[in-house]
Amino acid sequence: MSLEITRMNPHFADVMPQEYTDLVENGPFGRDFGARDLGSFKELFEEHPMCAGCNLSLAFRIIVASLPNPADTIMVGSTGCNSIAFPQLALHNVHSLFGNQNAIASGLKRGLALRFPDKVKDVVVVAGDGATADIGLDMTLHSWFRGEKFATVMFDNEIYANTGGQESGMTECGEIRNMAPTGKKFNKISVANLAIEAGCAYVAVVTTASPLKISKCFEKAVLVAREIGPTYVQIYTPCPTNLKLKSSESVSLAKERSKGTYQFREHVSPEAEEFLAARAEKTEEQVRVTSKDEEMHSA
Amino acid sequence: MPDVELKPVSTEHLLRECQREEVFITGSEAVREAIRRANVDIAVAYPITPQSESMHLVGDLYAEGYIRDYFRGENEFAVMSEIAGAAMAGVRVFTATCGPGTLRAFENFPMWSGTRLPIVISFMTRGINSPLTIQPDTIEMGMLLDTGMIMLHAENAQDLYDMILMSFSVAERTSVHIPVGVFVDGFFVTHTRQKVKIVSEDVKLLPYDPTHSPVPTMDMETPPFRYMRDPFVMKSNYISYAAHASWQQEVMAAAERARPHIEAHLGSFVEQENPDAPIQVVACGTAVSQGREAVRMAREEGLEVGLVKIKVLRPAPREEIRRALAKAERIVIPEFNRTGWLAREIASMIPNNDRIAAGPRVFGGMTMPPEVIVDVIKGDVLVGV
Ligand SMILES: Cc1ncc(C[n+]2csc(CCOP(=O)(O)OP(=O)(O)O)c2C)c(N)n1
Ligand SMILES: [Mg+2]
Repeated sequence: MSLEITRMNPHFADVMPQEYTDLVENGPFGRDFGARDLGSFKELFEEHPMCAGCNLSLAFRIIVASLPNPADTIMVGSTGCNSIAFPQLALHNVHSLFGNQNAIASGLKRGLALRFPDKVKDVVVVAGDGATADIGLDMTLHSWFRGEKFATVMFDNEIYANTGGQESGMTECGEIRNMAPTGKKFNKISVANLAIEAGCAYVAVVTTASPLKISKCFEKAVLVAREIGPTYVQIYTPCPTNLKLKSSESVSLAKERSKGTYQFREHVSPEAEEFLAARAEKTEEQVRVTSKDEEMHSA
Repeated sequence: MPDVELKPVSTEHLLRECQREEVFITGSEAVREAIRRANVDIAVAYPITPQSESMHLVGDLYAEGYIRDYFRGENEFAVMSEIAGAAMAGVRVFTATCGPGTLRAFENFPMWSGTRLPIVISFMTRGINSPLTIQPDTIEMGMLLDTGMIMLHAENAQDLYDMILMSFSVAERTSVHIPVGVFVDGFFVTHTRQKVKIVSEDVKLLPYDPTHSPVPTMDMETPPFRYMRDPFVMKSNYISYAAHASWQQEVMAAAERARPHIEAHLGSFVEQENPDAPIQVVACGTAVSQGREAVRMAREEGLEVGLVKIKVLRPAPREEIRRALAKAERIVIPEFNRTGWLAREIASMIPNNDRIAAGPRVFGGMTMPPEVIVDVIKGDVLVGV
């Protein structure tokens, strides 16, 4: 979008809500803020009513802050706890049905590609483990098989959190959950393996224990999806409410799991590797040029 | 690319003023000829008999350059969501399905209306399981009556052609902006050849203009970017309830506001022959054709019988039906389904329901011999009210 769109009519400046003024004056549209800068700029996602200690909202906050091109990003969610987060987001976003997020995103991305052939329009899907791996698995996989160019993020709390803590396909084997009163009878689904098999150009598995890793992986996923093909990022986001943890314990749990059963994994296709390397080189070049500029200015 | 540069024209111009040529084509081919001129951006397909052929032919149009993007989705639920996503991006879309496909996709239809998506979809109606059937049956229409979509029912290939072309301009009005379903009886129309008057090949509809959408197009070009604050879904308070309730009422109001635009193209929601006759046969789809023949036969025997053809089911043709049947003493409603949803609809619209003979009903794929309708007209065969 043109930043002109957000510019305020000076005659209305005194009646605009403070949060809008803040967004225009110190928001991320057209500026290079990232997860590292959290706390220093007006965020697109805020004042959410999620539970205390919610790791999903933490991950949401990080990825929104890490969008490489927020001014031209449309996000697609699904029914679940993320649908309580989405209304707090100052980006165009879609809630449509439970599980159809990757189908919606397929049509959306194709439609935007037709309307804006010369402009980058990033589409990002964010959905729960139930939405991604259970009820919407066919659409998750088929969007990957078709090579649809958008990033898919799973907030994996290993549970149907929003409906009260039922077993999902992402629950670990043996765990006792609602609707699994004697323990889950089959293994956690490896959606990351499915993603690789289905042809995703970039796949990462991370936890809320490493916010900057989430940020880096997510940014790569968006960029690779834009240029090469589908990407997948799975973020472990334990739910203190359903796991009956103190809110302070939930990130500790993520830390613990990241050393054991939820270790960092990254898969980068050769094409994506080449693209990311070329991009890193370009950025370095830019940094060199800018710091030279600065040197000259300060001299 | 098409051989000729297509000239974009208004729907009114295309349907009323363009030269027409009579061709002898199937209903599926009539779909192709309508979509050839509809300036569709994206079509998504999934096979199901008797719809498949229509969307094959739409695929051919993509290969020829008439449509900008086209693919086969993974199932009807996904297809209806893919079409929805494309519509949210602000492009014109088309798809088709029927019977089991309709039911598989069902959750999407009220979502389309609630999201105010101007999707045009055709249903080549078919029976539903079990037992497995592929035969014509309009049972799915009764199930779609309350999804919020506008519903038109074609009697023949000509209706189908004209109704598909007019639907885009109805669906895309700012004051309407809800989906339109064009229904046609599978096989009876899709797989038979009929004379259809189609307009010349060098014109197409004007493109869809997403800036006229009453809700923001999901493109990050149309403010506001934060269009909701607080997830009203999960809140138990009056404002949340009122927001949801008024949104639903607004979808219903949008269908009501479509009335003049539908009338501008179709002339009227219902057509009546012999309006003064004491016996009236009321039908939609190919049951109208069978009804017309039955009326002719009954009149030959000296009975005074009229015919009411319903072209629009939603918004409901309440006033039109009440007027058409004001003087009728006996109302015969032949239907191609077991549930008799049309008879229920009519009964909800008129006083003195004991005038209704709710049949004949044929289903399972059978044809409807006009003689059977004549039997009901005469009262030789009793059917329920
Ligand atoms: C078709 C349909 N089935 C079931 C539901 C009920 N439902 C709403 S959210 C949800 C669970 C979501 O779980 P997940 O995707 O893991 O997200 P989370 O809430 O855990 O973040 C379910 C089962 C629904 N809304 N729609
Ligand atoms: Mg979950």
